[in-house]
Amino acid sequence: MKLNLALAQIATKLGDVEANLEKHIHYIEQAKAQKADLLIFPELSLTGYVLQDLVASVAHKPTDDDPVFRHLLQASHHLDLVVGFVDEDSRHRFYIASAYLSGGKVLHVHHKVYLPTYGLFDEGRFFAWGDSVRSFDTRFGRVGMLICEDFWHASPPYLLWLDGADIMLFSSASPGRGLNDREKLESARWVERVSKAYASMFTSFVVHCNRVGFEDGLLFWGGATVNDPNGELIAQGPYFEEALTLAALDLNQLRRTRARLPLLRDERTALVQKELNRILSRG
Amino acid sequence: MVDLTINTDVAREILTSFIRSEVTRVGYSRAVVNLSGGLDSALSLVLAVEALGAENVLALCLPYRTSSPDSLEHARLLIDQFQVQSETIDITPMAEPLIQRDPNISNVRKGNILARMRMIVLYDKTETFKGLAIGTSNKTEILLGYSTLWGDMASAINPIGDLYKTQVRQLSRALGVPAPILEKPPSADLWQGQTDEGELGFTYEQVDKLLYLLVDQRYSPQECIEEGFDVAFVNVVIARVRRNQFKRMMPPIAKLSNRTVGYDFLYLRDWGT
Repeated sequence: MKLNLALAQIATKLGDVEANLEKHIHYIEQAKAQKADLLIFPELSLTGYVLQDLVASVAHKPTDDDPVFRHLLQASHHLDLVVGFVDEDSRHRFYIASAYLSGGKVLHVHHKVYLPTYGLFDEGRFFAWGDSVRSFDTRFGRVGMLICEDFWHASPPYLLWLDGADIMLFSSASPGRGLNDREKLESARWVERVSKAYASMFTSFVVHCNRVGFEDGLLFWGGATVNDPNGELIAQGPYFEEALTLAALDLNQLRRTRARLPLLRDERTALVQKELNRILSRG
Repeated sequence: MVDLTINTDVAREILTSFIRSEVTRVGYSRAVVNLSGGLDSALSLVLAVEALGAENVLALCLPYRTSSPDSLEHARLLIDQFQVQSETIDITPMAEPLIQRDPNISNVRKGNILARMRMIVLYDKTETFKGLAIGTSNKTEILLGYSTLWGDMASAINPIGDLYKTQVRQLSRALGVPAPILEKPPSADLWQGQTDEGELGFTYEQVDKLLYLLVDQRYSPQECIEEGFDVAFVNVVIARVRRNQFKRMMPPIAKLSNRTVGYDFLYLRDWGT
């Protein structure tokens, strides 16, 4: 089975959901024309990243009657979509969220579970922490979504793997930092390294879509990647500029890789559980 | 060993995109740079030219009667090489009435007056040229506070403020800044014979390495001393960085209400763009 994947590494207008929605529609049209089955947008693709006091004013609910999601759900009849937004729950808590839309329905919403609040990041000040990591079924098999800092920690991808995800969809708004004499920024090298590592260790497809553009002095570096279950890079978007990157995923590769390298079969989850229980109960 | 070498291709791409993005998103297409004849403003000018095109950049030369003739000559080299529009305005008749009011005026006061006079002219030209003022302060001087508040520090955007002086030199060389500018001793040229390193009491080469460890790599003062830096030097630099924090901030507002600019009214400058 083949999956034609498209990654839209876009720049956003900070706090202007309407303008960003328009850009989404534009990229959806392009991806459709290129026969994509699934199109991924970056973290907070509908709102911009350093929202601070804009959070409440840009929040939306992923429902039919929402003025933004109405259009996106409509578009998801043609191809599946992953979009980044600020989700407001019924008790007015605001989350950094990714929604997977397919066939006019919301299949899954992930709330970011790790909110970086250190260095240049201040997410914990403005957002509520998500509290679940779940895989879900799509027409391409079982999928898991994580947002940026979520996959800087090893446990969320591991949980998705055990929960059945064969395709991991990572989205980011990753500010470039760490310029030295190398060709790539330190932040880009780090994310590329762990994406490749997860694909290799979990013998899964690992897809990463990061935004581009500036917010004040912060530059988001783009460079979308797709790694296959062998940990091989099969597609990469450019750095620093908007682009639609296409990748044809041969989903049969999962079977071939895992027949050779049965890491999933041999994973000793009971042992993990036992040791975790021991470690966490030490008090 | 501390290595401050940067990949100049990556720096060039990021900094020119930064200028283009931050100028155009607020509806402008042009920029104004105050050219001192020195390295920092040379780099800012070259980056602005690459970002916006030479026709969209105005170089200002603002000499004072005691300015070194070399400064103007070096600015001219750059203007000719990069084919930008320029304007030379002698600030002596503007600054002199204030300076003459006090026969005992110190060099520091005089230097501050000149830096602020240049800021006034720069901002006036941003209005007539319809361009944004491009900053020329590097990371070393920002951290050391070796600059005039509301003077040479004033700008709309600063492309070079995260580059140490030695990195400014490296990038300038890669971007083709003429040799006489690259090779002369850095100077604010506020009085004759002034050099940055003479005034500061240490070289940029030394202080950049120390600042890189203290700031970028989060070394403790003790760890810097263990790396071979002189105790007195480390203490002087740390004191300077701390003492000049005020220059790196907007003035604090006394909080009275529930929502106060600077504390809990938080929006990026790029809000809505």
